Amino acid sequence: MATNSTTMSQGPHMRVSAPASRIVPGASGIGFENVSVAYGDQVILDALNLTVKPGEIVALIGPSGSGKTTALRAVAGFVQPTAGRIIIGDRDVTRLPPYERNIGMVVQNYALFPHMRVEDNVAFGLRARGASAEVIRERIPECLRLVGMTAYGKRYPRELSGGQQQRVAIARALAIRPQVLLLDEPLSALDAQIRRSMLDELAKLHRDLPSLTVLYVTHDQTEALTLADHIGIMRDGKLVAFGNAQSLYRHPPNRFAAEFLGRANILPARSLQSADLGFACVRFGDTLLRGRNHHSLPDGSDSLVCIRPHDLRLQPSGAGGNILTGIVRAVQWQGDLHSVALEVQEQTLRLTCNPLSDPPAPGTELVVHFDPADVTLVPEHVAHG
Amino acid sequence: MADIAVAPSSRAVHSPQRQYWIAPPLLVLVVLFFYPLALILREALAGEDHVLSLARFTNVLRSNQFLSGLYHTITIALRASTGCLVLGFIFSVIIAFIPFPGAKLIARVIDTFIALPTFLVALAFTFIYGSAGLLNQSLMHLMHLELPPLNFLYSQWGVILSEITVYTPFVMRPLLASFSLIDPSQIEVASSLGARPWRIVRRIILPAALPALIAGGSLCLLLTVNEFGIVLFIGAKDVITLPLLVYDKAIQEFDYTTACVIAVVNIALSLGLYAFYRMVIAYCGGRRAGMG
Repeated sequence: MATNSTTMSQGPHMRVSAPASRIVPGASGIGFENVSVAYGDQVILDALNLTVKPGEIVALIGPSGSGKTTALRAVAGFVQPTAGRIIIGDRDVTRLPPYERNIGMVVQNYALFPHMRVEDNVAFGLRARGASAEVIRERIPECLRLVGMTAYGKRYPRELSGGQQQRVAIARALAIRPQVLLLDEPLSALDAQIRRSMLDELAKLHRDLPSLTVLYVTHDQTEALTLADHIGIMRDGKLVAFGNAQSLYRHPPNRFAAEFLGRANILPARSLQSADLGFACVRFGDTLLRGRNHHSLPDGSDSLVCIRPHDLRLQPSGAGGNILTGIVRAVQWQGDLHSVALEVQEQTLRLTCNPLSDPPAPGTELVVHFDPADVTLVPEHVAHG
Repeated sequence: MADIAVAPSSRAVHSPQRQYWIAPPLLVLVVLFFYPLALILREALAGEDHVLSLARFTNVLRSNQFLSGLYHTITIALRASTGCLVLGFIFSVIIAFIPFPGAKLIARVIDTFIALPTFLVALAFTFIYGSAGLLNQSLMHLMHLELPPLNFLYSQWGVILSEITVYTPFVMRPLLASFSLIDPSQIEVASSLGARPWRIVRRIILPAALPALIAGGSLCLLLTVNEFGIVLFIGAKDVITLPLLVYDKAIQEFDYTTACVIAVVNIALSLGLYAFYRMVIAYCGGRRAGMG
């Protein structure tokens, strides 16, 4: 539990503080135990098992229709599971109505009550729970301070920008001291610049409130990678990957995870041969490549070679590195980086690097280097499934 | 100076003859609306020797018959409008926020009531709640009574119940439109914050629906003040409203002057309510634009 002062900057010149420990008194985890949700024959969530530990941020990401929002709504109580149990803290909340679950929720479009001033929005949950006037008087400025909106208490939501409205929505959710905070694509409605700023502030909010358990649903992998301790990747109602954010990014367990969480080059490889220190060699066309056998794939099996575009280099980084030669097909300058598409043995390989003073011309031959430690061998049998 | 080709404004394109197009609609309004109204007003203000006078007005406005008619008109209109608002709000909340199969169908069926003539409900009520109606006959049979136990239909309450039935859809229409503008996530977030359904209705739905309720209510008030068919059809004892009094005076007693005086009061009442209704609509439109 944090005891230091908390801040959520409103801008470079506005920093205010509030005692963080008073906002979230105790931490609770979230547990999905074989949770299924179906509408008739259509299965939306398929036997989801997932644990969010107290004080942890878990991001659920996936394409539209993957079931991530349904999972969040099931925790909130807006979707009734057809099977399984949902646990918050030590309570089975599966059959409880939303108003008895003690959760804070922030949604994409803020959902502030338009006819109420900011302070009444923040006080709404407290009043609904029968909090005393004294508690309400104390809690409103406390929560508004936390999100840097102290000066805006008397305003109506329509008088605030999108980013400010979202801060108020966060303050409103935190005011009730929820056991868990559910964030449903909270930054999707904001423009790119404010989104980046809010992302930093959400990260700071969690640093200041380390005991706050957060389930964060997004389709934006940057948000997930920036904020989450653990990431769950969903597809067709199933959790297809779950793990520590960095580990999942570095060593994706399957092709879908590799491609959904950041950009990845996926190359088909054959005849895996184990080597020492958890590495293995595979054959990509007529080239031998070396990479991490993180998932302990058996010798002789086929696999996929996963390399992140920024791990490909134009110069060798050391002895024993992998080398591929291809034909440049496209070169794009994207401001802070160059993106080069290569054709290598009928596969497309994408490389990103710092802006090049003399970028290669399309049609020319290019040699790329990459470290075996940056290569993950992904099992092929679940790669498409 | 270089010549610049400027497109003539749409106003400049209008030929002078176009202004005469105002004549046909104006003529129709004058012949069918303003002239008859002027005749009524003249008749109401007619005094001795063709001099305008308020004497007749004063006499009629002080008469017990008029005061009773005004009282019944306002009482029935207020009670019926209140009933419409309560019933319309409850039905609209159920249809809009409590999903059940056939909700849209029910909303449409209720909507069709707007198209039906008002006396039809009074007729239907006679079959159900009348002395020889289904309910009374069944109760008499079950309880071995000689006289029908329910007589409310031929009282003020029969008129009010009929008007509530007829005019509730006029409240539901704007309410359902207003509810469709409420972001469902507001209700979900309110619920997640610990608000029970009744608090959500009071604190989220009702404030959002208030402009629609005021607009629907004032429209109901306007329509019920002028309701004639239901009151005539029910024929409730001692329930004489202003429109019915005008009818009685003009058609039954051939007292056109009194009928015209009462009609003028009725028109003033209606126009006042209509002005209020327009103000509410304008205010709500502005408020909504402000919220957007």
